[in-house]
Amino acid sequence: MESEKRSIERGALSRLVEQWLSQGKRVLAPMHSGDKVDFAWVTSLDDVSLDHVQTVQSPKTAVFPRVEELFSFRSADGRVEVRERDLGALPEIVVLGLRPCDAAAMAALGAIFNWDAPDRLFSARLARTTLVTIACSRADEHCFCTSVGGGPGAVAGSDILLTDMGQGAYLAEIVSAKGREAARAAGPLFAPAPGMDKESRLATVAKAFSPDAIAAALERMFDAGGFWEEQSRRCVGCGACAYVCPTCACFDIQDEGGISGQRLRCWDSCGFGLFTLHTSGHNPRWLQSQRWRQRLMHKFAYMPERQQALGCVGCGRCSRACPVDMNILEHLRAVAEAKP
Amino acid sequence: MNALREKARELLAAKTVQVVIGYGRGSGGSARAVFMRAPAQAAELIFDATCLQNLAVYLMKPEVRKLGKAALVATPAALRTILQLAAENQVADNSLLALAPVGEDIMPLATFAAIEAHVAAADHDLSAAEGAELGKFAAMGLEERRRFWEEQFSRCLKCYACRAACPLCYCTRCTVECNQPQWIPVPAHDLGNLEWNVMRAMHLAGRCVNCGDCSRACPVGIPLYLLNQKLISDVSSVFQARSGMAARSDNAMSTFKPNDPEDFIR
Repeated sequence: MESEKRSIERGALSRLVEQWLSQGKRVLAPMHSGDKVDFAWVTSLDDVSLDHVQTVQSPKTAVFPRVEELFSFRSADGRVEVRERDLGALPEIVVLGLRPCDAAAMAALGAIFNWDAPDRLFSARLARTTLVTIACSRADEHCFCTSVGGGPGAVAGSDILLTDMGQGAYLAEIVSAKGREAARAAGPLFAPAPGMDKESRLATVAKAFSPDAIAAALERMFDAGGFWEEQSRRCVGCGACAYVCPTCACFDIQDEGGISGQRLRCWDSCGFGLFTLHTSGHNPRWLQSQRWRQRLMHKFAYMPERQQALGCVGCGRCSRACPVDMNILEHLRAVAEAKP
Repeated sequence: MNALREKARELLAAKTVQVVIGYGRGSGGSARAVFMRAPAQAAELIFDATCLQNLAVYLMKPEVRKLGKAALVATPAALRTILQLAAENQVADNSLLALAPVGEDIMPLATFAAIEAHVAAADHDLSAAEGAELGKFAAMGLEERRRFWEEQFSRCLKCYACRAACPLCYCTRCTVECNQPQWIPVPAHDLGNLEWNVMRAMHLAGRCVNCGDCSRACPVGIPLYLLNQKLISDVSSVFQARSGMAARSDNAMSTFKPNDPEDFIR
């Protein structure tokens, strides 16, 4: 279905944020914090950064928080009582100012969480989250959305896509049913958009590789140990790449509180040695190079094969956050050019 | 830079070392660690103001260790790290060659004694700006300080980039990974973050050489260096000790001495 085109002025957008907050919705948006820009819960459009290329973290915290309770349990008189989360009590969230790559990432997260059995908590959070994306007018050397099926003005995954048309006016493309409902609730804050064309406002992101070629190359490279060691020698094995990634979904389960407490789901990373360490002491991925291979394989080979979805949206956050400059675009080019 | 490249080329050609761990050009004009194993690669080495990472972190990495004897392009902080690692029996004397850039020149330091002499002659005090920032932090009242760190740690993701970037965080099993008993809560909630960051700071007290890599690595910009610098200053005033200055030294926080002036330990 073709997106409906409307427009919204900055002043109206500001009132829309107030409206969301007055309806009890939480608004997650990019905010300046020191010399960084990152997602935070905002109380006004004035808090929101509109001039950055990309945030440090992705907005995945809206649907997959870094720590969340799955259920609680109570043990008394030899019986254990398990209390499920009240999914209806989850907050309604509007994510404002995420990028088109972040919106596309929600489908990749869904492909993982709902792969074999549906993840009720993730799905309930996603159902209560509205994505009001802002298209990219600027990109940097780490952006590669166009290589993985996205684009600086792509609508896929967004409920509403805003494009800054200059002079305080935004083109608003109403993309989904949820977006139409949000626009209906906003009433006259959205106006007609006569003759607005976003193309000239969008950043240019050159295509850097073909994901099919990467997948085909990776299929032959599992045993190319020397290649992976060469590629990952400077990797120090932290989880920064995974934690800022909009599609990384690995988690760890922790119980807290003894015999009465909560079961928590916490972010985890396949880059950690502990991630695959067996109780016996054996670790099938005992070297960082094997864990780096896993990171690329999972996103560019296993997910396309198993979930028919790419595990990367080209946001470039991992490259920007890496303390030792592991530049994923460069590593993907090396995979494409490798002669195993 | 030419002296560095020439020295690296010579060391690799003569097979004095099997690998030169240095800096090369990275993304967007930054520097990144490179591992040169052939004389021809030496031409890609750089050394300038962008070369900040403490390369001594790689001395503990199995994939780097297995390459053989290394020459390491060492900033003053990396030299202090080597001495601290030596004091903790993690590197052996004559097992590596430190290449210390001095102006346009390069000074090869083959022994701990040579590194000690080089380090002793240098100034390791905080810059005026660093000192002022630490002074501001140290002057905070208890409540103010608690609020400051609660706010900072609320952003911690527990990605452990601080630990991974730290050359002195080399434990094969970190306390946060011990779960029988569970000392530190794993979840990145307020208590877990507070305990993790305080534990890490305390485990580095008397050991940290103030290279700053934990803070540079932190994706959300937590000023971890303030904790480390405060502890360095406390250890210095309480124990008259400074880490990273000598290859044989007692660890201020874990050395028992019968003549310890503190009564509580007896």
